[in-house]
Amino acid sequence: MENPANMENAIRTLRKKEKKKKRTTILCGIISIAVFLCVWQLLCTLKIVSGDVLASPLQVIDAIITKIGDPRPDGNTLIENILSSFKLAMIGFFLALIVGLPLGLLMGWYRPLDKLVKPIFELIRPLPPIAWIPIVIVLLGIGTVAKSFIIFFTTFVPIVINSYTGIRETNQVYINYAKTCGYSNWRIFWTIGIPSAMPLAFAGMVIALGNGWGTLIAAEMLASSSGLGYMIFMGRNYGRIDIIIAGMLVIGLIGLGLTTALSKIENYVLKWRINTK
Amino acid sequence: MKKNVKVQVNNLCKSFGDLKVIEDCSFQIKEGEFVCVVGPTGCGKTTFLNVLSNLLEPTSGEVLIDGEKASPRKHNLSFIFQEPSSLPWLTVEKNIAYGLKAKNKDKKYIQEQTEKILDLMGLQKYRKAYPAELSTSSEQKIVIGRAFAVNPDLLLMDEPYGQMDVKTRFYLEDEVIRMWKELQKTIIFITHNIEEAVYMAERVLILSNKPAKVKDEVVIDLPHPRRVDDPRFIEIRNYITEQIKWW
Repeated sequence: MENPANMENAIRTLRKKEKKKKRTTILCGIISIAVFLCVWQLLCTLKIVSGDVLASPLQVIDAIITKIGDPRPDGNTLIENILSSFKLAMIGFFLALIVGLPLGLLMGWYRPLDKLVKPIFELIRPLPPIAWIPIVIVLLGIGTVAKSFIIFFTTFVPIVINSYTGIRETNQVYINYAKTCGYSNWRIFWTIGIPSAMPLAFAGMVIALGNGWGTLIAAEMLASSSGLGYMIFMGRNYGRIDIIIAGMLVIGLIGLGLTTALSKIENYVLKWRINTK
Repeated sequence: MKKNVKVQVNNLCKSFGDLKVIEDCSFQIKEGEFVCVVGPTGCGKTTFLNVLSNLLEPTSGEVLIDGEKASPRKHNLSFIFQEPSSLPWLTVEKNIAYGLKAKNKDKKYIQEQTEKILDLMGLQKYRKAYPAELSTSSEQKIVIGRAFAVNPDLLLMDEPYGQMDVKTRFYLEDEVIRMWKELQKTIIFITHNIEEAVYMAERVLILSNKPAKVKDEVVIDLPHPRRVDDPRFIEIRNYITEQIKWW
């Protein structure tokens, strides 16, 4: 019916188009950020906004560069703060992934487990992550374990919900097909359930990572002696607006980096999902 | 040439609660035979196939393949569904190999069989492509190919081309007939399209309204490829239409 050579070309063209579209998206992003920074710089240079409440982009960049090797005012260099925050976020996120992903998938696939775990899960689910911070400080102090625990809870919930929903929405036709092939339920879980749950599970991980990173900063502002959240909190105490904004910028950039990295992994793992939009 | 009985259905009944869907169906299908099952819309055709394929347990009666109770674990059953069912996360070649892996056959056999089917279906060119990258008819070719790949004792097809345009439908029907001739498999093809049934089958079983029973059977002795404007073709088609009428 179709000419195979034509088909191959069509596939190649489709993939090329995808790449071009991506390039345009990136370009648009750069333009909008550049415009934003210019307006901000102008506001400060023309003294429309006072230097006491807003540092200019150039001052912020200066603060970031100085802070890389200078522990003042909060007692840690920027690198130490980044590493401290990053380490906690990763510990919490991966723990949640290791526990949450299998739990969500198994709950979605095996009804008895669902009935057993769901009541507890539903009780925990509506709790805002920040509400965990006071009790965690009381129980575990302000160390690594305490903060990892907070991140764990923040990231755990979206990971479980999304992998659960993802596997629940497995197309029954695929399951029936595997059954008629003679596959056991366990192998259908692995070969049909898990792959078809992956798009939603990944969406859950992206949400989780974003939430986790945000909550970590909140936790560090309340209970910590290092980290990016601690840094901007101390910046406020010392009235260093440049440090506050520098901290915010770094937090934003790392958050963006994490999400981008995860999307890269997602696109690789889910390369079968051809974007036809 | 006298062929062996491949599929034996004895007094098959299926009810859902009080609703009788299939009542006392009995028939035989010979090895390598191509049988179409037609019936009025909503007469329980899909339930009929689901029972035959063991996706549903019969209320009473039995389905025997080679004299043994049919089971997906023991027999190679292939099912082509109404909905597109190629697995989107697997490439064309992995889709074809998927069914073969169920019975843990050795790697070399799986590879050889996959190559053979890729050749037969003309899918070699896009073996590394994902189903979403292919056209509807190519995607359906994956499904046909993978159904034949497992060397099925019985291939069940549930109105697979009902929703498709005429050109694609005839193309895929010809593909199925070609593969059937090549590999000599036993096929039960369910459809509500009488023309489709007369175009493909060696024998047509006509089901009655719900609860479904085998009302009549028609042997179609026309050689393939068939012409839909052949007078004999039209005669058979009209006869079946007359039998099926419920209005």
